[in-house]
Amino acid sequence: MAEEDPGAAAPPHGCPGTSSAQAGRAAACQGCPNQGLCAGPAPAPDPAIEEIKEKMKTVKHKILVLSGKGGVGKSTFSAHLAHGLAEDETKQIALLDTDICGPSIPKIMGIEGEQVHQSGSGWSPVYVEENLCVMSVGFLLSGPDDAVIWRGPKKNGMIKQFLRDVDWGEIDYLIVDTPPGTSDEHLSIVQYLSSSHIDGAVIITTPQEISLQDVRKEINFCHKVKLPIIGVVENMSGFICPKCKIESQIFPPTTGGAEKMCQNLNISLLGKVPLDPQIGKSCDQGQSFFSEIPESPATSSYRNIIQRIQEYCGLHHSQEKLSNQGME
Amino acid sequence: MLKVQDKGVHQCDSGWVPVFVDQDKSISLMSIGFLLEKPDDAVVWRGPKKNALIKQFISDVTWGDLDFLIVDTPPGTSDEHISTVESLRPYKPLGAVLVTTPQAVSIGDVRRELTFCKKTGLRVIGIVENMSGFVCPHCLECTNLFSKGGGEELARHAGVPFLGCVPLDPQLTQSLEEGRDFIQEFPKSSAFPALAHIAQQILDRTSPQGS
Ligand SMILES: Nc1ncnc2c1ncn2[C@@H]1O[C@H](COP(=O)(O)OP(=O)(O)OP(=O)(O)O)[C@@H](O)[C@H]1O
Ligand SMILES: [Mg+2]
Ligand SMILES: [Zn+2]
Repeated sequence: MAEEDPGAAAPPHGCPGTSSAQAGRAAACQGCPNQGLCAGPAPAPDPAIEEIKEKMKTVKHKILVLSGKGGVGKSTFSAHLAHGLAEDETKQIALLDTDICGPSIPKIMGIEGEQVHQSGSGWSPVYVEENLCVMSVGFLLSGPDDAVIWRGPKKNGMIKQFLRDVDWGEIDYLIVDTPPGTSDEHLSIVQYLSSSHIDGAVIITTPQEISLQDVRKEINFCHKVKLPIIGVVENMSGFICPKCKIESQIFPPTTGGAEKMCQNLNISLLGKVPLDPQIGKSCDQGQSFFSEIPESPATSSYRNIIQRIQEYCGLHHSQEKLSNQGME
Repeated sequence: MLKVQDKGVHQCDSGWVPVFVDQDKSISLMSIGFLLEKPDDAVVWRGPKKNALIKQFISDVTWGDLDFLIVDTPPGTSDEHISTVESLRPYKPLGAVLVTTPQAVSIGDVRRELTFCKKTGLRVIGIVENMSGFVCPHCLECTNLFSKGGGEELARHAGVPFLGCVPLDPQLTQSLEEGRDFIQEFPKSSAFPALAHIAQQILDRTSPQGS
């Protein structure tokens, strides 16, 4: 890079994005150091997309959990969405952890150290309950200090395998936890599921502007890749002191929080979850706080949110069915 | 956070000119945020593009004479981290400071990060535990929102220095939101002595005489 003329290393103004058909070909790409990489020979569609479509025929609903910032509670939310949905014993729930470098789902679900087994039809996920199974790169590591030091392409390969080679079986809800941001993992999951219909994304944020800033980027990403947004969850919104019972804003919503942002962008706010130290404890112990602290305001808030997600999926599903049958 | 979000990066013959945060030009800053047309634009890039930009940030920015270059990274052990370590290697980086919150879920990620440092030959200057406790402004009761002590325990377990705990201070969040200089605005905040102490330890541990 050093010997390159810095004038040619133009900032990516108007960059069409690597997944765009315009990648490397748009006017803005002229002079970009990555033009060659992006323009490359237009890649043939990955045959895995069709294979994944076949595999996903037995998976009714697919929900992605996204965030802009890290550490805002995606994995906690994904895990508890799975727990909540699995309370209906007639439903089969699967939880897929696509955070390849920071797989925290095994710990939160209390199945750290489990291994994935190879069966005739693929990898078997790890079962937490009869109707709740999990897949994570964490199950492929040799121990808690083992790190996955991989660049994008290897992470993408892993995600492809998770979708194509895992023996998912009949699933009502597949919940996909993601790392923060808008990069390889997110592009890959959307691309690999592009023929399989994703119900939509749930975006998690904390109330302060620094976090909301990144959520707006995440929302733009969803629009760009045509991923429907089920709604936004504001996590860690307010903390009630256990001693004096007065509420404090730990992450102050200086710009009106997720509520104002959702109004401005015309997106549903699914709910607000207060900060409750017991949630962190339950996660560390690998237990569902629904059963640990059923009376907490956080639990009831979570339950409302889960219900709204169920309604969203149900509604869209029946609409689809109706239109398939061509009747009102 | 540093209230320079509307500034732009200029080109000169020798490269990109970083943005200065203060009048004295004692802190300069480079971020992809300066290269976006609109603040809400998402940078939807796969690894190779991110790697190219990181290399440019290190080789094509006219940093000038610096005493310290601080590199903030996203979570994980992937493209950004590998590229940063690779591009800095010729300049012999002093090492890495690992930041964690106290609870086990977060500690797990730092254990993997420690392995990353070991494998890439990056010295670990130490571990910082952030968001340790919250002191209620109404009754002064301290609650450990995300448990307590995980960072120190990990440091002992891994045999690396523990640099200290920073309490959770909503005033810190507020000041960062407004882009004010935390060190100047909040010398009375509970987080201030903690941060100053950690900075001093980093200086001590990385000075040529020390360590
Ligand atoms: N409402 C809450 N109250 C208290 N603690 C919470 C709450 N939500 C999440 N946490 C805790 O915050 C920490 C971060 O949550 P989590 O790991 O789910 O975030 P994440 O967005 O998945 O992070 P990453 O970006 O690293 O994947 C966890 O220890 C979790 O237990
Ligand atoms: Mg996570
Ligand atoms: Zn109080």
